[in-house]
Amino acid sequence: MNEWSSSKRGDLSRRRMLGVVGAGVVVSALPSRSGAATRPGAQARTAGEGLVGAPLPRIEGPLKVRGAAPYAAEFTFAGMVYAALAFSTIAKGRIISIDTGAAEAAPGFVHVMTHVNAPRMRPMMPWASSEKAAGNDAWPIMQDDRVRWNGQPIAVVLAETQEQADHAASLISATYEEEPATTSFAQAKANGTETAVLGGQPVHIEIGDAEAALAAAAVSVDATFHTPYQNHNAIEPHAVTVAWHGNELEVHDASQSVVHNAWSLAQILGIEEHQVHVTSPYVGGSFGGKFMGMHQVLAAASSRLSGRPVRLTLSRAGVYRLVGGRALTEQRLALGAGRDGRFVALIHTGTSTHTPDSPHPELAQFVSYSSYATGTLKIDLQWAHLDMVANAAMRAPGEAVGSFALESAVDEVAVALGMDPIELRIRNEPQADPLTGLPFSSRNIVEAWRAGAKRFGWERRNPTPRAVRQGDWLIGMGCGAGSHMYARESGGAARLTLTKHGTATIDIAAHDAGMGTATVLTQITADQLALRLDQVRLRAADSALPGVVPGIGSSQTTTAAATIIAAQRKAVAELLKLLRRDSPLAGLTADEVTPRDGGLAKTDDPARHESYSSILTRARRDELVVEATGGNPTESEQYSMYSYAAVFCEVRVNAVTGEIRVSRLLGSMDCGRVVNARTAAGQFRGGMVMAIGLALTEETLYDERTARIMNPSLSEYHVPVHADVPEIDVIWTGIPDPQAPLGARGIGELSMNGTAAAIANAVHNATGTRVRRLPITLDQLL
Amino acid sequence: MKPFVYKKAGTVAEAVRAGAAPGAKYLGGGTNLVDLMRETIEQPATLVDVTGLSSDIRRLRDGGLLIGAAVRNTELATHREVRTRYPVLTRAVVAGASGQIRNMATVGGNMLQRTRCAYFYDAKGSRCNKRNPGQGCDAIEGFNRMHAILGASSACVATHPSDMSVALAALDAVVHLDGPGGPREVPLTELHRLPGETPEVETVLRQGELVTAVELPPLSWAKRSTYRKVRDRASYAFALVSVAAAIDVRGGKVKEVRIALGGVAHKPWRAREAEAALSGGPATVKAFRAAAEAELADARPLRDNGFKVELAARTITAVLGELAGGVR
Ligand SMILES: Cc1cc2nc3c(=O)[nH]c(=O)nc-3n(C[C@H](O)[C@H](O)[C@H](O)COP(=O)(O)OP(=O)(O)OC[C@H]3O[C@@H](n4cnc5c(N)ncnc54)[C@H](O)[C@@H]3O)c2cc1C
Repeated sequence: MNEWSSSKRGDLSRRRMLGVVGAGVVVSALPSRSGAATRPGAQARTAGEGLVGAPLPRIEGPLKVRGAAPYAAEFTFAGMVYAALAFSTIAKGRIISIDTGAAEAAPGFVHVMTHVNAPRMRPMMPWASSEKAAGNDAWPIMQDDRVRWNGQPIAVVLAETQEQADHAASLISATYEEEPATTSFAQAKANGTETAVLGGQPVHIEIGDAEAALAAAAVSVDATFHTPYQNHNAIEPHAVTVAWHGNELEVHDASQSVVHNAWSLAQILGIEEHQVHVTSPYVGGSFGGKFMGMHQVLAAASSRLSGRPVRLTLSRAGVYRLVGGRALTEQRLALGAGRDGRFVALIHTGTSTHTPDSPHPELAQFVSYSSYATGTLKIDLQWAHLDMVANAAMRAPGEAVGSFALESAVDEVAVALGMDPIELRIRNEPQADPLTGLPFSSRNIVEAWRAGAKRFGWERRNPTPRAVRQGDWLIGMGCGAGSHMYARESGGAARLTLTKHGTATIDIAAHDAGMGTATVLTQITADQLALRLDQVRLRAADSALPGVVPGIGSSQTTTAAATIIAAQRKAVAELLKLLRRDSPLAGLTADEVTPRDGGLAKTDDPARHESYSSILTRARRDELVVEATGGNPTESEQYSMYSYAAVFCEVRVNAVTGEIRVSRLLGSMDCGRVVNARTAAGQFRGGMVMAIGLALTEETLYDERTARIMNPSLSEYHVPVHADVPEIDVIWTGIPDPQAPLGARGIGELSMNGTAAAIANAVHNATGTRVRRLPITLDQLL
Repeated sequence: MKPFVYKKAGTVAEAVRAGAAPGAKYLGGGTNLVDLMRETIEQPATLVDVTGLSSDIRRLRDGGLLIGAAVRNTELATHREVRTRYPVLTRAVVAGASGQIRNMATVGGNMLQRTRCAYFYDAKGSRCNKRNPGQGCDAIEGFNRMHAILGASSACVATHPSDMSVALAALDAVVHLDGPGGPREVPLTELHRLPGETPEVETVLRQGELVTAVELPPLSWAKRSTYRKVRDRASYAFALVSVAAAIDVRGGKVKEVRIALGGVAHKPWRAREAEAALSGGPATVKAFRAAAEAELADARPLRDNGFKVELAARTITAVLGELAGGVR
């Protein structure tokens, strides 16, 4: 047993949460593996042990509904001015001149910063180049006359109001000396690609001779898949409000990496890390787009130059110009199988667009590392370099687009074999990780498939394409698998304060961009200490707090859970030291006691109990403060750990116009224990909505002649609207992972994976047309 | 956006007087104009708010309807007589934009909204003959999925984005204008222009002319009319192709038919060729398809929008078939 399983208290199966919250009311259950009775989630307890799993509403919900939750662009400082940016209109070259005269004469003008007067600053450091680096590139920030992409900020204008700043910025004009730029994918490939590198290793894997095995396979598919550029569209555009107090910088950021951003700003601006204080109490969506960016630097630098506090809110178009997104991919996916359906070859290679120093590889091939037992495997990723805004991470980077290719190909093989696509997947279930040989910590995708198929009514599917029709509408069903690798960050740390009033505060620099993290961490703390929810206060998303816990890789809950468990253990040990000799617990060791009812109790004799309040009061202590770290994630070195999704989709395709409507969508998850049934369901649904966008509507129109993004708005960049999204059903196995803290693996990105393929496969089942280029638009079906 | 003076007109005369000043523009709901001002594409010196004028829908003596230019899109779509007598109009209006935008948008503003061509919108970074006459057009060889297949020119391939106007074109609506030269009337089909060499001139409106109302003729058979919009997502997207149609079939023969197309041209496209082909002939799917093909014979697709020709033909055929009630 590792430390997580030994730290578990009580009966896991009793606490297993199998509830499914649909639109807040519908509660249903899957049969659990142990056969234990399940209980409806909605009635879950709200106090103490057992809180983990409860479908609690967001603790900050009322504040948000009342508009009382301050976002980054809602903090104000006395004397604050507003910023607006001017952007380059060429892809590459030199700025010959910038005319700021008209801007300076505009009403309300305060200051303008360009490369001519910007203070000297160091470049940003890209993710992973240092413990707290969180940039997407290493470009100089307004330090020279170079233009490196079309849309690069060339000036920051400050004015007394936002409208005045916007107007003044619109008056700025520049002249350029253009240089030849690589702006098309074809040109970038022709220039020569580079083998992608991840963690210092080239992305090239060969197990056996996959090409030979493919050639010899009884059944095979070998196809090219295309996925487009996509941009971030969090509901809250990036924003930052900054003020200098002497040499100290106060930053209210919309961020998913406060500690990283404080460190990054310090190293860029040449001050000490402790001189920068970043908070992000409320964030309107991050999705991988809200790490360290240029805009925080530009705000801080222009504030320093002007001597005024600055609020910089990117316009929607500004988000497109400054923040990258999903890279474009071209993937070769070849899959060979025997007549019995056993895979004998898997080849997943291809090219993704890339920018210098970008830490984001858009590794579509990753999904093929460990999804199926295939005998032979060939993986290769090439980077094609373009002169464009730096790649960013975008929810389930690589996997979202890679699972589209892999799971479409699996469906094609199923059709070729005349086999049910679910049975085909189950037939190729690996016994251990196909790449590393490590044992799986907990892999129950087969159960997820079975439960999902039953609930979705998969047996009603007609396997013959174009066979089901209602009037003008062709109806089809499809499925796809998704997986997401477990992650826990090593930088987890938290401070736990217990008071003589029997309340607790947990301090951890984690982030909540709307996912429910704050609620979940409060829940875990209350659960670990056997307190009521209202006795626990969480302070988070503040760089002054302990922990390096970026919102990355669906890892915040696992990272924080490990840390909170460690803090609880430390607190228990300290409490035992404070016991008076007449305490009912006197003489007991940490192994013999368990938090219970607002205090500690002897595990096998709960009558021996003393409350935290009593322990501290009698020890004449106002409070007890402990700090703990979560330790290194050694579990991921010993086990292959993934969350799994089985996604089912029904589409209706209009036979006249080719219009596609997703009419039903179900996600059946296997993600370990679900810590909050309500917020988890929200994450699953949200990922599936984004995947509808990936499959059917979203595409950045990047003009290959000019490298200009032509649809930088929510009007022309089509995210799914309500009418595109059916009611989404979500269920999960709820089987705890014995290797993960609290038995919980990551869930934030999981449902992005497999869903686009499920939709594409349903389109094939409906129409007989196999579309391998996203988004699937109606003209591809005419 | 550039600072401007705002005036609210109390009467048509007041509006026309203020609107005649150089740099003045009329302001309806502002849902298009204010966006364009933010993008610096429109830079009026004065905005003359005309939402206080003519905001009612009146029945005329001949049975037609007179719709004030300031009537909000939502009001128009939900009006009882419009819904029952001109269902094509209600359907066209609700197929456009979003509930919130329709609550703000006015009839006059909807008609006069400007193209959504991405290159037109990109004031700083792209060339556009409509925005900067003579500059060149980046759409012709660029992203033109949304662009025209009919009536375009080498100067401009933009489309008119209004759904409502397509229905009005099919209904033979007449636009009432007032201005420095006095009141006049223009059929809606003649309000918007094809781009030719001067794509910046989008309508036949004269300097300072105000739309005061739109008149719908009685058209008793327009009860059997509908609007079908095909687009890239289920809602809140501009038309790839749309069809407004009304048809009167007697004894298997087409007695009257009106067809207008959206998303295919610089103006709401009245399909007169198709109408002529059908008039008096059999109401069959084959005839509908042949008429659609006749209309589209001159289509000139661009890089990204070749599918529109077939899509338009199919949609016209399907809509007429639906209206004619299950003909073969
Ligand atoms: C995101 C988005 C999506 C949209 N989707 C659609 C869609 O799918 N289909 C669709 O049809 N439309 C769509 N629209 C456009 C919308 O319908 C128009 O913005 C709206 O109808 C314009 O009306 P308004 O009253 O707000 O006009 P304004 O913005 O006020 O004015 C538009 C123009 O008309 C002029 N004008 C206004 N009133 C008069 C008058 N009485 N006389 C003379 N000139 C006048 C103004 O000077 C201006 O040039 C969309 C808009 C947005 C922002």
